[in-house]
Amino acid sequence: MPKAGSGPSLDGLGMPLWLVIELTYKCPLKCPWCSNPVDFDKYRNEMTTDEWKALLREGRRLGSLQLGFTGGEPTLRNDLDELVADADQLGYYTNLITSGVGLDPERIRSLKRAGLKQVQLSLQSCDSEVSHKLTGLEVWKHKIEIAYALKAEGFPMVLNVPVSRYNIDQTEALIDLAADLGVEYLEFANLQYYNWALVNRAELLPTREQLLRSEAAVARARERLGKRLTIYFVVPDYFDDRPKACMNGWGAIHLTIAPDGTALPCQEARLIKDISFPNVREHKLDWIWRSSPAFTKFRGNDWMKEPCRSCAEKERDFGGCRCQAFLLTGDASNTDPVCRKSPHRHLIDDIVSATAKRREQGIEEPLIMRDRKASVAT
Amino acid sequence: METEQRLSPDDIMELHPNFHFRWEEPQRAHVLLYPEGIVKLNDSAAEILEVCAQGDLSIAQGSAVLASRYDHPPIEAEIMQFMELAYAKGWIRPKS
Ligand code: SF4
Ligand code: SF4
Repeated sequence: MPKAGSGPSLDGLGMPLWLVIELTYKCPLKCPWCSNPVDFDKYRNEMTTDEWKALLREGRRLGSLQLGFTGGEPTLRNDLDELVADADQLGYYTNLITSGVGLDPERIRSLKRAGLKQVQLSLQSCDSEVSHKLTGLEVWKHKIEIAYALKAEGFPMVLNVPVSRYNIDQTEALIDLAADLGVEYLEFANLQYYNWALVNRAELLPTREQLLRSEAAVARARERLGKRLTIYFVVPDYFDDRPKACMNGWGAIHLTIAPDGTALPCQEARLIKDISFPNVREHKLDWIWRSSPAFTKFRGNDWMKEPCRSCAEKERDFGGCRCQAFLLTGDASNTDPVCRKSPHRHLIDDIVSATAKRREQGIEEPLIMRDRKASVAT
Repeated sequence: METEQRLSPDDIMELHPNFHFRWEEPQRAHVLLYPEGIVKLNDSAAEILEVCAQGDLSIAQGSAVLASRYDHPPIEAEIMQFMELAYAKGWIRPKS
């Protein structure tokens, strides 16, 4: 999953520089933090190859440059290779975000031929047992083989580790593994608590002590490995005093298209149930991006309430994440409750201390795995 | 990570193969594209990369080419400073 804008702010001149297309919500894995909607099973009406191709053209016309193929598991779509080739010809820099399950050396070569530039492979653990527990499948060994096969084909790679309390203590070992595999980038994506991750939050949230140890291990490794391995560390915002500059601002540079053609300012935005998001099957992308009520709703800072409205930092963090504000305060136009200036910050502190208490008392409940059965039940 | 990286005027540099450098019409600018990243370059930065990071000329030779193009050319020290920054960021590497 691409994470919320962790990079420096970038002026896109009003263009959706970053286009993310979720080819399908289907996935054989059952990660209990999956960023797909909890009711993903309702959306079965996937875009066709031709519809995606038309969308890719519209995206380039609007100035999109970076293109992420994701899902679900994008390799489940047989037309992935064809779409990559099309996108490459249109001038996109193409990224594949995958769990590796649909890949084998033959498919990897085919994607390379199609012009794919980069692969982001998820890895949940340095240990196959933990990986099994967290994904619900025996996939660890296959993922490692795929990592080697991707390197053999010369792909630059990001190894993406979704971080929860179950694997955060493996930080050091995961760094060693990434260095052995020879990947260029290792990303510790501390989970953001939306959708499935929110359902399982009490089980997934690490403690502050775990986080500090992990950060220290990253700092040591950066010193030791220098340029050989670039390590990104996405801070879990519950432990921060300021919110992240989510997506570089709503409708600023990011555009996600869901499997059914729904256009979203970020992959999670669908969870804001009181906004109706436009669909590329019904509207021109140009209108969706520039003028639709959904994309203009939180663009810029006219929509802000206090304390953001009069805050000097609003140009830097854009008031944080709209999805988080909606989920935790019930109103997407509130200040992100992660911010210490938010009147709702106590909600975050309560969650952190309640989880710490659970850990002390050794309370543990089964994870609710992402699958159709659990989805239908929502 | 982006610690100072010293280069010498005799070094011959090339773009790192994981970085794609090209003109992007909608931005009216040169861009560097790489895994999960975009850098928009100003005109002089793009021109330095175009001349000094193609794996043929040394930095000193490239600087001389740039100097011959202008009445008030960018001075070699500035070019060197930019090349070292680009090297520290991993955009370019010594030609092997
Ligand atoms: S997070 Fe896990 S379950 Fe969800 S799409 Fe990715 S690999 Fe599949
Ligand atoms: S009050 Fe709003 S703008 Fe100011 S730091 Fe907090 S979230 Fe950012």
